[in-house]
Amino acid sequence: MEHIVIIGNGISGVTAARHIRKLSDKKITIVSAETDYFFSRTALMYVYMGHMKFEHTQPYENWFWEKNNIQLKKGFAKNIDTNSKMLHFAAGDILNYDKLIIATGSKSNKFGWPGQDLKGVMGMYHKQDLENLERFAPNNKVCKRAVIVGGGLIGIELAEMLNSRNIPVTFLVRESSFWNGVLPEGESNMINRHIKNHHIDLRLSTNLKEIVSDENGKVKSVIIEETGEEILCDVVGLTAGVTPNIDFIKDSNIETGKGVKVNTFLETNIKDVYAIGDCAEQHEAIDQRRPIEAVWYTGRMMGESVAQTICGNKTPYKPGHWFNSAKFLDIEYQTYGWVFAQPRDNEAHFHWKHEDDTKCITVGYNKTSNEFLGINTFGIRMRHEIFDRWLTEKRDVDYIMNHLPKANFDPEFYKHYEKDILKAYNNQL
Amino acid sequence: MSNKINESMSLAKPEGNNLNVTQKVAVTLGVVGLLIFALAIFNINFSNKTWFLSVSIGLIAFGTILFAKDAYLTKLEGIKNDGVWFKSISSRGILGWVTGVILTSFYIILYFYPQYLGLSSNGESNTGLISLFDPLSNLLSGNPASQWFVYGTLYTLAILVFGYKFMLKYRHNRYEQLRTASVMFFQLGFAFLIPEFMSRLNTSPDYNLPYYDLKSMWPLNYYLFDNWSINGLLSSGSLGLIMLLFGVVSIFVISPILTYKYGKRWYCSWVCGCGALAETAGDSFRQLSSKKLSAWKLERWLIHTVLVFSVIMTTAIIYTYLGSDPTKFWITRSVFLLSVGVFLTVMFTVVMLFKRHELGKDARYGAIGFFIVIASFFVMHYTSTTNEIFLIKSSSLRSAYGLYIGSIFSGVIGTGFYPILGNRVWCRFGCPMAAVLGFQQRMFSKFRITTNGGQCISCGNCSTYCEMGIDVRAYAQKGENIVRSSCVGCGVCSAVCPRGVLKLENDTMKGRINSNEILLGNDPNLMDLLNN
Repeated sequence: MEHIVIIGNGISGVTAARHIRKLSDKKITIVSAETDYFFSRTALMYVYMGHMKFEHTQPYENWFWEKNNIQLKKGFAKNIDTNSKMLHFAAGDILNYDKLIIATGSKSNKFGWPGQDLKGVMGMYHKQDLENLERFAPNNKVCKRAVIVGGGLIGIELAEMLNSRNIPVTFLVRESSFWNGVLPEGESNMINRHIKNHHIDLRLSTNLKEIVSDENGKVKSVIIEETGEEILCDVVGLTAGVTPNIDFIKDSNIETGKGVKVNTFLETNIKDVYAIGDCAEQHEAIDQRRPIEAVWYTGRMMGESVAQTICGNKTPYKPGHWFNSAKFLDIEYQTYGWVFAQPRDNEAHFHWKHEDDTKCITVGYNKTSNEFLGINTFGIRMRHEIFDRWLTEKRDVDYIMNHLPKANFDPEFYKHYEKDILKAYNNQL
Repeated sequence: MSNKINESMSLAKPEGNNLNVTQKVAVTLGVVGLLIFALAIFNINFSNKTWFLSVSIGLIAFGTILFAKDAYLTKLEGIKNDGVWFKSISSRGILGWVTGVILTSFYIILYFYPQYLGLSSNGESNTGLISLFDPLSNLLSGNPASQWFVYGTLYTLAILVFGYKFMLKYRHNRYEQLRTASVMFFQLGFAFLIPEFMSRLNTSPDYNLPYYDLKSMWPLNYYLFDNWSINGLLSSGSLGLIMLLFGVVSIFVISPILTYKYGKRWYCSWVCGCGALAETAGDSFRQLSSKKLSAWKLERWLIHTVLVFSVIMTTAIIYTYLGSDPTKFWITRSVFLLSVGVFLTVMFTVVMLFKRHELGKDARYGAIGFFIVIASFFVMHYTSTTNEIFLIKSSSLRSAYGLYIGSIFSGVIGTGFYPILGNRVWCRFGCPMAAVLGFQQRMFSKFRITTNGGQCISCGNCSTYCEMGIDVRAYAQKGENIVRSSCVGCGVCSAVCPRGVLKLENDTMKGRINSNEILLGNDPNLMDLLNN
């Protein structure tokens, strides 16, 4: 029986395993060094905040794997011998495979800052990061201040986590405004204010120079590049993005760039070796997406696609219209289609913000054809299905603005703002 | 890693979060209020009962309100679940267990030993806690208090003050606020005040009304068709007759229409008194419900067994009642029994003919099994010579139901175990009304929880905070709508979702249940492959 080995038990690897099982009775083994069972990485923050227990982050009960005849192996893959189709583990044991799926995800970026490996310095990605945080920041007596370096989605989540335990947070953001490489100015500014309303010490246009150690090799303070200011702290969170977690592959014959290089069928340069999820790097970017996409649902889709290919229905990874979502403290964010931080050539943005400073939308469209390109929405939920259809139908922006109520997904009895939005839109014409 | 990761090693300070000064004052006021009740239980005879009762209720209410204001209004609007699994009270810690034991003991005393609360016998005046409530009872109904009056007052008080707390907690969410206002209104008006005022009518010889909470429908209100209840209603002129008819119309006409349009939530989380307590005072315990598949299996067998028990018991009660005087009623025993049998057979046949494909295999077997059980009771009745319907005396059936279901299941376990098993134990595992409404909701309703395309990140907030123990995430991560009999439509899954994935709504029946994986954003060809 063909043996499929999957390295990594995150959303990508587990989705691949589930679908291979649906389609076949191949032998499946999932390898992980991180946890015994699949859990939702995006929910780690809620464990620290006390919203959930760790077991709640596991989408399947523990009996699920045996019942579906999916073997789980705990172990750290050290290298891959593609000639003899063999996986070597750090503990010395080996595993033979017929087909191999690499789904090892990401690791936190470290940019060579002095002191980046001190005790109390951590990313927020793995379960081990959560355990580390629990150790160094259990409460505001042990951790009198935390400094977060890097203003992206994980940075703001870490700030929210620490805030939930009343630990003072200084948030160093290299950019002049929060996440403004992705968010248009009006939205980014609104989030800046929201962060400050939560009593988080947000420092924009601020870089980390170095992390200073105490006599025990634990973080004592950080030094700011621009001002030389020293900020005393007990924890430093490094959240300046993630990068594919593929160090163990570098010595193998598998072609890598930043990630494991794959074609649209998620095949690597070596036959019978595939890569999916955060660690896969497309030779050519698909649509306007990046070659490496560290997004939950793309991992899931790649897992679905590769399962088909492995089971004989050769299927390319073909994601549809771009969408995503996040939550910035109390403000939910959703995006459908493309709204870039700066409108590109021939593009324009319409921006509306509610006076309470917690809700806004930005609609991107083509200036000449009027084609709707995408929407960012903050504090108002929208229907994925409707926007997906409108993007496929290439509707023009006037149509979108006049039919916005159809796309509303807020809970019943919520106040609606489509009339205000339409009025503002008509006034700007 | 331990699940309770924030546990401090200190015995004196097991929780990470401290109370601030305002919260300490609030707790003190509330506990002093409760202390007055405790003293009354120990038979301290307060000289001025009106004053002491007002002070204790006032302190409890004021303390809770003050605490809630400080807990929620000092923070920005949003989800307020920080530390839920660290707090002793809400994570089965020592405070949770103590609260569970106290509540359970209270229910046992209330149902089985009301004399310990000071209930008089032989027409003497009340003592203890019950006598403390005499002034209020006299004011409302003109009668001295009973243990049920004391219970009703405390129950209503809890719903009002914790309802206020819940509204502050969800002050960004109008759905939560409106339905909480609704349960507060129905509890205060329909369950508490109106029945008290009705009993004032009984001072006139024309009226002999039983306690009747108009919003409490059969089979939740299992005593509606008891001898004393029907006799009381029928001997209270046209008002009594209207009330009895309203009770029948509620379950057979009003409820199916509303459930068709809005799902069972119109009752369970907008009107019902049990639901009201669960959603307000019980809100801190919603995350304790088990989400295991095994719990769901137990739930389906248990709740439908209770429903069958309740149908058989009520049929027997009415049958026996009709028998007491054959000339008195337009409906005879055999006509009644036949119509019950025809009704159940028609319902079973219609579902099996038209909705069979929507039922799981075990649901079909269960339905057939229950139908055979009921049918065999009827067969035994018509073939046997005994006068007892269904072999057992209807009065024994009734008292068994009252004891095991009415008192022990719904009261002692249903509410006493809030801090251990979650706040909807009764609604989920036992309530026959919930079973009826849930059946309608699953089969004939426009209600569903819509999943928003491919936005779910499987975080599990929805499942964790589902008080009915529904694994919401299992549906959401596959892009399926959630159409479950047990869903009471509290809306909390939608509220706690960080990605805007869930929406409770009423829409057409068509395409409501999609068991295919419809994850938007995927290539359509891949979707076809996934679903074939």
